[in-house]
Amino acid sequence: MEAVITVIGRDAVGILAKVCTACAQANVNVEEVSQRILRGTFAMIMLVDITEATVDFTEFAARLDAVGKDLGVDVRCTRQELYEAMHHV
Amino acid sequence: MLNTSDILETIRMITDESLDVRTVTMGISLLDCADPDPQAACRKIYEKITSRAKNLVPAVERISATYGIPIANKRISVTPIAMLLAAAPDADPVQYAKALDAAAKAVGVDFLGGFSALVHKGFSAGDRQLIESIPQALAQTDVVCASVNVGSTKSGINMDAVKLMGQTVRQAAALTADRMCMGAAKLVVFCNAPEDNPFMAGAFHGPGEPDCEIHVGVSGPGAVRAALAKMPKDASLDTIAEEIKRTAFKITRMGQLVAGLVSQELGVPAGIIDLSLAPTPAPGDSVANILEEIGLESCGCCGTTAALAMLNDAVKKGGVMASNHVGGLSGAFIPVSEDDGMIRAVERGSLSIEKLEAMTAVCSVGIDMVVLPGETSPAVISALIADEAAIGMVNSKTTAVRVIPAIGKKPGDVLDFGGLLGYAPILGISTFSPDIFVNRGGRIPAPMQALKN
Repeated sequence: MEAVITVIGRDAVGILAKVCTACAQANVNVEEVSQRILRGTFAMIMLVDITEATVDFTEFAARLDAVGKDLGVDVRCTRQELYEAMHHV
Repeated sequence: MLNTSDILETIRMITDESLDVRTVTMGISLLDCADPDPQAACRKIYEKITSRAKNLVPAVERISATYGIPIANKRISVTPIAMLLAAAPDADPVQYAKALDAAAKAVGVDFLGGFSALVHKGFSAGDRQLIESIPQALAQTDVVCASVNVGSTKSGINMDAVKLMGQTVRQAAALTADRMCMGAAKLVVFCNAPEDNPFMAGAFHGPGEPDCEIHVGVSGPGAVRAALAKMPKDASLDTIAEEIKRTAFKITRMGQLVAGLVSQELGVPAGIIDLSLAPTPAPGDSVANILEEIGLESCGCCGTTAALAMLNDAVKKGGVMASNHVGGLSGAFIPVSEDDGMIRAVERGSLSIEKLEAMTAVCSVGIDMVVLPGETSPAVISALIADEAAIGMVNSKTTAVRVIPAIGKKPGDVLDFGGLLGYAPILGISTFSPDIFVNRGGRIPAPMQALKN
């Protein structure tokens, strides 16, 4: 079962480390990471495997949201089906 | 691997362009709750709704959080209550409305529709009692919505019902004059009413529907407007239509995903997806703004009907491939008070009720959330209903009237309903009398379009 974590906002030191730490603490495996700067905005997208997660999905999403608030960036975690449904025929 | 641009586009549509699923509506049949004893009927109604919809709100909220999809409303539609009243001739219909209100509040939904009667060919047992009780029922409840179908392409227009509904709309407003005439905002008069509509105030669960099902109404004017804003001003209308289709496809797929997930989680069959562009009072989340983005200075100017016709068609073409079963109203909505761009167009003087009427010939519903002067007579409201019903009847489409006579207010005043219902200035309407026409009664015969067999 996969989820997508998106981080959008101003680039800062340690964003990747802190998001990865939150994943590791919940036993969530990071499978792919891509990042780019779009019109001055930092955008990072991570594909993670939540099959073996030790916490419930909403709790995990809440933890990431808290990490985002600490860093001043928008961190979201959602199941990946939405993106597939909207962009693939 | 998922495409980065696709993911960022989805997030932008949700965060910046107000994209959401407008409603998840559970349709529940109450046919098995009919009882000659009104108290027993109300008890059965309450029990059936609270048992079927017990998990609706928590399930929808969980899916919304897990999949990152905002879902604005959770609603219920039920069997037209007039059908239950047929079994209890001496019942007070307001008692039924109160049972519906209590059940809706117990399960935490935003609105419940189905305090309704289908009288397009004539009145049967229960219909008149229900219609006559609508003003009181809407004044004494908070989340119950009422609707009456007065015409259809197959049967013509029941002008006795049209006359009655002009009076009913006015009374519904008068009884709630201290609450922004809210009663009339919860009442829709239809021609060709769909039996699986998930949108309020006109939702009801038709007699041909299964016992219980899940409908989804999508939204997304903000996302369509933003997509068009990126296109060059000299892009041809073919490319504009194509962009609308592409955006509508994405919006509808989101709704289809939600329908499948809610259906699976609740063990209730998925009904229809309503392919609608439903605006909100949020700036930019507006059907009027889409028409202006296509190239009109202000919604309501010449060209509005043509642009709306193209928009409505493209939304359906994009949405139909993205969904399994299409139904409900499906098309662009033009509710004045619920659409920031429409409100501004009225304030600027570019949008009149006559232009709105023309627009209803090519969009999904009708004269919706229009505030009329307080002194507008019941006969004028009836005649407006008849005009709309005629457009629906002849064009084999749904049309509706939801107007709010602003009791005690003057032209230039504003009614502010709050929330998604928004606010609107009073719109002028012809005061020449249609009294003799409205009082003739009888039925306008079904048009030739009815003879398709």
